[in-house]
Order: sequence, then structure tokens, then C-alpha cells
Amino acid sequence: MELLEAIILSVLAASTPLLIAATGELVTERSGVLNLGVEGMMIVGAACGFGGALYTGSITIGAICGIFAGTLLALIFAVMTLGLAVNQVATGLALTILGIGLSGLIGAGFVGERITPAPHLRIPGLTDLPLMGRIVFGEDAFVYASLVLIVGIWWFLYKTRAGLILRACGDNHLSAHALGYPVLRIRLFAVMFGGACAGLAGAYLPLAYTPFFIPGMTAGRGWIALALVVFSSWRPGRLVVGAYLFGAVTILQLHAQGAGIGVPSQFMSALPYLATVIVLVLLSRARSGGSTAPAALGTVFVPDR
Amino acid sequence: MRLVLEKRTERSNTIALISPLIAIGLTIVTMSILFAILGKNPILAFGAYFIDPLTDAYSLQEIAVKATPLVMIAIGLSFCYLANVWNIGAEGQFLIGAVAGSWLAVKTQGADAGYWVLPAMLLLGAAAGALYALIPALCRVRFGASEILTSLMLVYVADLFLDYLVRGPWRDPKGFNFPTTAEFDPVATVPVLIEGGRLHLGFIIMLVVVAAASVLLGRTIKGFEIRVVGAAPRAARFGGFNARQLVILTFAASGALAGLAGIIEVAGPIGHLQPGISPGYGFTAIIVAFLGRLNPIGILVAGFFLALTFIGGEQAQIAMKIPLDVTKVFQGILLFYVLASDSLITYRFRLIVPPRKVSRGTA
Repeated sequence: MELLEAIILSVLAASTPLLIAATGELVTERSGVLNLGVEGMMIVGAACGFGGALYTGSITIGAICGIFAGTLLALIFAVMTLGLAVNQVATGLALTILGIGLSGLIGAGFVGERITPAPHLRIPGLTDLPLMGRIVFGEDAFVYASLVLIVGIWWFLYKTRAGLILRACGDNHLSAHALGYPVLRIRLFAVMFGGACAGLAGAYLPLAYTPFFIPGMTAGRGWIALALVVFSSWRPGRLVVGAYLFGAVTILQLHAQGAGIGVPSQFMSALPYLATVIVLVLLSRARSGGSTAPAALGTVFVPDR
Repeated sequence: MRLVLEKRTERSNTIALISPLIAIGLTIVTMSILFAILGKNPILAFGAYFIDPLTDAYSLQEIAVKATPLVMIAIGLSFCYLANVWNIGAEGQFLIGAVAGSWLAVKTQGADAGYWVLPAMLLLGAAAGALYALIPALCRVRFGASEILTSLMLVYVADLFLDYLVRGPWRDPKGFNFPTTAEFDPVATVPVLIEGGRLHLGFIIMLVVVAAASVLLGRTIKGFEIRVVGAAPRAARFGGFNARQLVILTFAASGALAGLAGIIEVAGPIGHLQPGISPGYGFTAIIVAFLGRLNPIGILVAGFFLALTFIGGEQAQIAMKIPLDVTKVFQGILLFYVLASDSLITYRFRLIVPPRKVSRGTA
């Protein structure tokens, strides 16, 4: 049971950055913008988040630095794609390339430094309960925040007028524009929210997952988050399932490596990436009848007057 | 009063011509600010980056050596991007090409196999790159899976596979446990052009590829199809062009070129297979493709320019202790400006001044 508890705890920890980043990207894509720069925003968020925590000693300030950095990069993306009507795929790639360089530059001085990782919740009595105690009442703040975030986004998208307008922009920007909604401004907010989430998700890695920073530590998680949004059919509920499934694959392959099951470790490490490809194929195949993606996803919108 | 973007009635040819220069100019301004923030003299830094490598013969050769894989990969990517197909996994295809070609080099090691080895290695590299690129292409065509995500995921898989090979079955037994294969035999090595120099036969192959791509895109029906499918998908459908077939074809071509670049790099300048054979050629080639406006000759020029940033980055690190990551930042910023200034070919800004309230019947 001890082992099972440890596995579930580590699955939750591995899933949290995926869930946070994918939640942000879900909102961005629901507004009709495809931002492929998640990986870049995450890695800069990781470097800035770690730097903030290292210099101030506060995990909260670190997290805020990460959020701020992600938002700033998203703003560049927004200026390019919304302001200058540049192709979103190419701009997203540019953002990732820039982000990887920037994080190396920012984080160059942080390599080898350590911080005290984010504390875990501790409620006397409850946390000590057998089996579920630590899993439910003993997580760090990021895990709880990610769950609040996704429930909040579900409520926003489906239960509020603003959410309905945002989805309208993503499905048909011409109609939304004709009805008088400021499509570009709504998309700007959605893109910035996506950047904030990616920055927070990146900051989670050095602040809670591992207490140090290494260049390239996001290791493709931003791209997996993008795949998760496709997996979820752009629905928050399925996003949670997808994120935890992927977290589980990551952790199980690590445990399998540790147990020494005679398969080269590189093959096990490749599993999460291969799983992403296979899941994308299976899902796209199941959906051959029609796409569930926001209809205007990735298209340029230049309002005419 | 506000600034709005509006579509030009026709493409501006002037801007099309000068936009790469605008982009490079803006990048230099931005980078000067960054150098100043890092506490380095921008003029000296740019000297180390762009002037010093051009002043000695060794660096000049090295630029051509670095430009070789960049241009070859970017030519292939340009086919994809022209057809509006998004292969961003060229890095993986490069690695798999290197692995497949190296297989023959490792198997014939010390067997004195003869001069057929190198050509066979190059063919193997290209074929493996093409096959690896066909995975995302077929996933897209058969199942509708996003080729962007699948092609990228396969980069990580290729990287791990190469790592496994050089740490496991292919490791040089006399290599002091370093993760590398033994040095390839002379018959399995791309020959250098000038005795004692660095420039190798791959450079010539690259020039042939550029020429062939120019002819293909400018003078053949297939090239025309690629451009029409990308620029006007509806017109292409009416014209009876097969868009699915083009996805497969452009992916296979770009994979083959990336794979060929991979095996040339390993059998040429490096001489053995090891992890880290690419400083991100597959990703930098994306920038090369766009900076060269998806045109073969443009890509050739852009490839040399980005190769210069690699070499300049190394020299600036040695001479001025400027971190190597500055090169990536530079490349990323450059791509941003290239895309932004290209936007002004089809769009222009207009300042909208809201009409004043008309007073006392002057209108």
C-alpha cells in the first residue's frame, strides 16, 4: 500500500504541470488561437520562477515571476498573430525557439543552486489518515490550484456569458465580430491567460517537482500539453482525465526503469512521447466523422470596418 | 485615433524585397540592447559575432560546413511549408538518417569493404529519413492526426534511440566507456574537398540540392502543384490536384533531405556517431526556410547567415564570455522579425482618425 500511495502521489505531481499548461492552452484555443509556443513559455517560466524563488526565498514570488514571464511571452505572440496577422504556427515555433534560448540565458547562473521546494499541506489528523490521507490532504499548493483552475475554467466556459462569447470567437469570428464583440481583444486576453498558465506550469517544475533548475527541464511537456488539448476534444473534463493518464504513463515507466525489467531505459523514456503519437492517431481516427476543434482555430482574423 | 491593419489590394513587391533586411536590422537593434543589458559592448559583440568569423580561412570553411546541413534541411522544409504542411520534426529525421547510415559504417568496420560503402550509407540515410517522416505524414493523411505534434514527438524518440545505440550495442569497445561508436573507416567517410581542410563533399551535394530544388519549384508541374495547394487550396481542389498525395510527397522529400544531411554530418565533420550530433539544426532550419522566403536561393543565403551566427556565437563566447544561448535568442528574435515584416507584404497599417463632431451645419 505504501508503494501504491507513493505512486499515486508522484502521478499527481507529474500530471500537475501538464494540467496547468493544457488548461491555459484550452482557453487560448477555444478563442480560436493556436499558440504552439507552450514549451517556450513553460521553460522561461521555469527559469524565471526558480530565479524569483532563489533570490527572495519565497515560492509564491517564484510562482508569480513564472506567471509574469509566461504572460509577457504570450503578449509578444499576441502582438504578432493578432496585431500583425502573422501565421500562428510559425509564430508559435518562433516563440519556442526564443523561449529555449532565453531560459538558458536567464538560468545560466542558477545551475547547481538549490531551493527548499514548495511545502506540502499538513492538517493534523486528516493528513495522517491511512491510504487517502496524504493523497487528498498532503499535496502542495500547485496541485490544489490546478484543480481549482480547471473547475473554474469549466464553469467560465459553459456557465457564464463571457465564456459563451469566448467560444463564439473561436467557432466563428466573423459572426462574433458582426454581433459587435471585440474579437481581437477577447483573443488577446485568452492568449495572455494561456501564457500565464504555461508560465505557472513551467515554474512548478523547479519550485515543487525538483528543487533545482536545469536547462531544457520541461523536456517536451509543453508539446504534450498541446497534444492533451487535442486529446480532450477541447473539453475541460476530459483534459483532467488525459493529464492524469499521461502523468501515470510517465511515472510507471520511471518505476519500471527502477525495477530493472530488462528493457533499455531509453525505450521506457520514449514511452510518453510514443503514447502521445498513438493517442493522437486513435483519437483522430475515432473522430473521422467530424472535427470537434473550434471551427476558427488557427485562422487569421483582420476586422474590416 | 487608432492604428489598424488592413489588406493591401496587391502584394507589395518593394517590401517583399527589403523585408529580410528590415528583419535583420531590427534584430541587430534588439540584440544591441540585450548585449548592453549583459554588460557587453554591443559594437565589440557584433564584431565578434559577424566580422571576426569572416576574416580567417578556417572560420569561413567552418561556416560553409555548418551551412551545409542547415540549407539541405531547410530546402526540404520549404516544400512542406509551401504546401502548407507542417513538418517540424526535421531534427528527428536528421538523427534517424545519421543512425541508419552509421549502421552500415559500424557493420563494415575494419572489413576493408570498398568504395560502395559511402554511397550506400548516404542512400540509407536519405531513405531512413524519408521513412521516419512518413510516419507523421501517414498519420495525418490516414487518420487526420496533427502532423505538427506527431512529427515533434518523434524528435524525442529519435534522440533516445540514438542515445541507446551509442551507449549500448554500437559503443566503441576501445572508447573508454564514452558513448560513441568507433571512428568510421576511410571508405565510410565523406571526403574533404581540399587536403587538410574542413570543407567536404557534402557541400557540393548541398549545392546540387539547391539547384535541383530551384528547377523543381520553378519549372515543373509538381512544383506548381505544391505552391497552388499551399496558396489556394480551393483552387487546387478544382484543378484536381491531390492534396493528400502532396502531404506524403513533401514529408518524404523533406525527411530524405534531413536524413541525408544527418548522415553527411556524421560521416563528414564528426566522423563517428555520438549523442549531440546536432546543435538543433532541424529547428534552426525552420528559421532558415522562412528567412530565405521558402525560395531555394534565398535559403542558401539564409543558411550561410545562420551558420555565421553559430560560428560567431562560439567565437563571442571564447572572446567575450557571451553565453552560447545568446545565439538561440538571436535566432528566435530574427524569426519573429522575419515573420512580422513579411506580414507587411500583404497588409499595411492605417491610422484611423475618428471624424470630429460636425458643428453648426458646416458640412
